[in-house]
Amino acid sequence: MLEFWTSYLWPLIVIVAQSLLLLVILLVSIAYVLLADRKIWAAVQLRRGPNVVGPWGLLQSFADLLKFVFKEPVIPAGSNKGVFLLAPLVTCTLALGAWAVIPVNAGWMIADINVGVLYIFAISSLMVYGIIMAGWASNSKYAFLSAVRSAAQMVSYEVSIGFVIITVLLCAGTLKLSGIVAAQDTRFGMFGWYWLPLLPMFVIFYVSALAETNRPPFDLVEAETELVAGFMVEYGSSPYMMFMLGEYVAIATMCAMGTILFLGGWLPPFPVAPFTWVPGVIWFVLKALFMFFLFAMAKAVVPRYRYDQLMRLGWKVFLPISLAMVVIVAAVLQFGGLAPKG
Amino acid sequence: MILPATLLPAVFFYLFAGMCVACAFMVIAGRNTVHSVLYLILAFVNAAGLFVLLGAEFLAMILIVVYVGAVAVLFLFVVMMLDVDFAELRQGVLQYLPVGVLVGVIFLAELLMVVGAWVIAPGMPQSISAPTPTTISNTEALGRVLYTQYVYYFQAAGLVLLVAMIGAIVLTLRHKPKVKRQNIADQVARTKETAMDVRQVKSGQGL
Repeated sequence: MLEFWTSYLWPLIVIVAQSLLLLVILLVSIAYVLLADRKIWAAVQLRRGPNVVGPWGLLQSFADLLKFVFKEPVIPAGSNKGVFLLAPLVTCTLALGAWAVIPVNAGWMIADINVGVLYIFAISSLMVYGIIMAGWASNSKYAFLSAVRSAAQMVSYEVSIGFVIITVLLCAGTLKLSGIVAAQDTRFGMFGWYWLPLLPMFVIFYVSALAETNRPPFDLVEAETELVAGFMVEYGSSPYMMFMLGEYVAIATMCAMGTILFLGGWLPPFPVAPFTWVPGVIWFVLKALFMFFLFAMAKAVVPRYRYDQLMRLGWKVFLPISLAMVVIVAAVLQFGGLAPKG
Repeated sequence: MILPATLLPAVFFYLFAGMCVACAFMVIAGRNTVHSVLYLILAFVNAAGLFVLLGAEFLAMILIVVYVGAVAVLFLFVVMMLDVDFAELRQGVLQYLPVGVLVGVIFLAELLMVVGAWVIAPGMPQSISAPTPTTISNTEALGRVLYTQYVYYFQAAGLVLLVAMIGAIVLTLRHKPKVKRQNIADQVARTKETAMDVRQVKSGQGL
């Protein structure tokens, strides 16, 4: 019995507790990230944004949550019921699942797997199914058109994100997320992080991440002037909320990925005294918030792309540049003697 | 109560394998083709789970990225766009049954041979498959084998894919002479002088 306890039950309890803690922290942060998104957007347009519920509108997201939960979910008569209800669940679960491998501090993650980067990449390539399933099951023209657009968009930009990740992997020499952060730990501090040597790739990653998460200026999936609300047009109440949650968690994942790949994860900006006193998790959160601020500003200041421009940017601009960068980076590492020792 | 150390992997193996077989069955038994593709995707994901149990985490992730993330999306597209008549599809079942049975029998025979070799000569799998070195991760092991020992085969496989890609482009590319095309360089090079023509319009006269 003791063996059963030590080898099965106790690890199970530990990992469930860790996962629950992570989920609670993540969901509360998402509530405030959503509020921050609306506040930043409002500030750019010289509005106040949500400011009624709670002090400075701080409880707005929770009020929205309650509103969504208590509304009646409507399932359209012509829809494919099972797939219709499965789609938001798929989106939400996959988005949350990606956080299992993200290290927010040295050793602070649920699972430090060998192929962490690939795992996140695989999860983000699965995210398209939530949208396609929703678009098809809704049995509506707008939803279906949006699903088709979204699938093409996500598959296209995944290619360039893949190449960006490959260049970072070339420099770091490991697929472990914690290893990638450790590889950026140099005596140059923030100038040793990969954003500087791989600056073009950082820009491509940022723009592709916007496209991958269907954020403005690439939110053609939900372009309200042409597609009403896109694939979500038939959804309301809790299923809609799950889509929204999944979308924001995916954005948070992309911010965390940008932080880990290019901004040195939990490392302090300079490896000297006052900076090293601050816990790593605070640096991680600050950097992720900086990434999110960039996302929110793009939403506020950039007009929406046309669909053919979007496709052109992905295939004719980003793909050649990132392909060339993979070759250049590999050549520099190999012939400059900088390649990581495997 | 003493539990063998293999209990947990065994539980997960039967879970993934059972789900995989059940999903594969639903792929051919499903009435709705979109449901069939969704079951196919679930089968792929379960197969990836089996790879993880084998310790081949790189293959598992690549299976999901390539097959589920790209190939199955195209499947789903085609199936959703096409207007498939299910009744018509079902009429030909008897006609194709002998061929299907033949393929099934060949597969079964091959599987039995594999399992047979495994049972009769337990040492044989070791002689074929090189075990992963314990000191490095299997991604690295795979990379070392692929880029040193098998680099020419690897390049040849890449070449085959390139030829397939060019073939697909050649087959589908149509030059329509009357279609107006965008020239991005021209559009970007437009200035105020070339794009606008400001004129003073006299009232009552027009241009």
